[in-house]
Amino acid sequence: MHFTELTKMGKFVITSELGPPKGFHIEKALHEAELVWPHVHAINVTDNQSSVMRLSGLAMCKVLKDKNIEPVFQVTCRDRNRLALQSDILSAALFGIDNLLLLTGDHTTLGDHKDAKPVFDLDSVSLAYMVKHLEEGKDLAGNALDGEPPKFCKGAVVSPCAEPLEPQLFKMEKKIKAGIQFFQTQAVYEADKFEKFMKRVKEFGVPVYVGIVVLKSVGMARFMNENVAGINVPDNIIEELKKDKEKTKSGQTGIEISARLIKELKPLCQGVHLMPLGWDDKVPEILKLSGIIAEKG
Amino acid sequence: MLITRVKKKDAILSLCKGKTLLIACFGCKEVHFEEKEYQALKEDLKTSNLNISGEIQLDYLCNDDYTNKRFELHKKEIDEAETIIIFSCGVGVQTFAGLIPGKTVLSGCDTYVLPGFSGFTPSSHDCEQCGECMLGFTVGICPVTACSKGLLNGQCGGAKKGKCEVSKNKDCGWERIYNRMTVLKKDDLTLKKMIRVRNYNK
Repeated sequence: MHFTELTKMGKFVITSELGPPKGFHIEKALHEAELVWPHVHAINVTDNQSSVMRLSGLAMCKVLKDKNIEPVFQVTCRDRNRLALQSDILSAALFGIDNLLLLTGDHTTLGDHKDAKPVFDLDSVSLAYMVKHLEEGKDLAGNALDGEPPKFCKGAVVSPCAEPLEPQLFKMEKKIKAGIQFFQTQAVYEADKFEKFMKRVKEFGVPVYVGIVVLKSVGMARFMNENVAGINVPDNIIEELKKDKEKTKSGQTGIEISARLIKELKPLCQGVHLMPLGWDDKVPEILKLSGIIAEKG
Repeated sequence: MLITRVKKKDAILSLCKGKTLLIACFGCKEVHFEEKEYQALKEDLKTSNLNISGEIQLDYLCNDDYTNKRFELHKKEIDEAETIIIFSCGVGVQTFAGLIPGKTVLSGCDTYVLPGFSGFTPSSHDCEQCGECMLGFTVGICPVTACSKGLLNGQCGGAKKGKCEVSKNKDCGWERIYNRMTVLKKDDLTLKKMIRVRNYNK
């Protein structure tokens, strides 16, 4: 099911995220996906997330698809040139994978193969442009594809709390021009900033699914504030995590903060994208507490 | 060694506004400059109603200190011009653009690499000799070399407090471009509208 159709039907889109394993044993990842699936419309599968080598996202998506779980195939430009990217995206079409999330990708030096060659033959904009070409029956070099062209729902990311915001909006417009139909965002902890962002992008008429990263500890919040672009966890949330160490450790504080954020941000946007970072078992409770249900079909 | 090729008239004309000053670098032994083609283009630009306010011929434009001295000599002509087209290698364009933050600086040439001897570039700027110079669109800051990922279509999501995700000591190239665009108050939508895919066959 294409996301944009859900939005057109007036449904609030709920997605979660799954990282493939470092290895080829997928039982644990699959278990996590099955736990989350009844509560969401689709599950994003990351592509060597944070430049750490893992099982291919395409293979994981195929496994999910076979289990009737709707995947979102995340594609970055870090590891593949334009030939490999087109190949993989055509393969996704073969497997019936409908939704793509197209990204530039983190630099190789951030991950566990720091000495690898960073590819970046394309970027998130030209990647979207390339998929648009495929959908028109042509590859990026202009050669015709055999048979019926593939059809995807193409998403991208944006960072609503980035400072400065203008370069992000500049790129967002370019992505839309290149055919992007929905946006999932970087984690948001500041409702006021997100509201301002949504006012600015309303004119684009493209659905925005707000990103929620579940906070696991004070250390994690501080680390993100220091190192992760576009994320700022405000002091009051850090204080809340500090207050009851046991409750935070058990995940309950993170669940409550996430649910509260979703309640607050829901009226502003068209969906929510949860990034539980391994805490997949917390997703059902977060959604229950925030009072949103994934209406399917 | 580098080779510069003069851009086509149409690629330059659309970006020029108001009084336009031409600066050509007849510079160094390391760069081959198409003198004849440059002269022909200049005549062509004149007949295309481009308001050429003057022409300066320099050498070693890539050298910051040297160019700074020359800059003082020609200050009046430079101040009066609204657009400046630099005919040099990519390093020369960036050096010059870096000296005048408030002015539209365009590249008049594409820079190609010629295998073998590599020219010396006594400069803090870098040119990868991609053969598709887009400095004219990116306010004189090169996205190929200033961005760690060499992105041609804008900032990735990795910059924090103006610094690149690769190193806290490196400024985000696209944020530099964006900041300079803001200083120049460029209402030019060309960069926003274009989708660039690099041609590695050049």
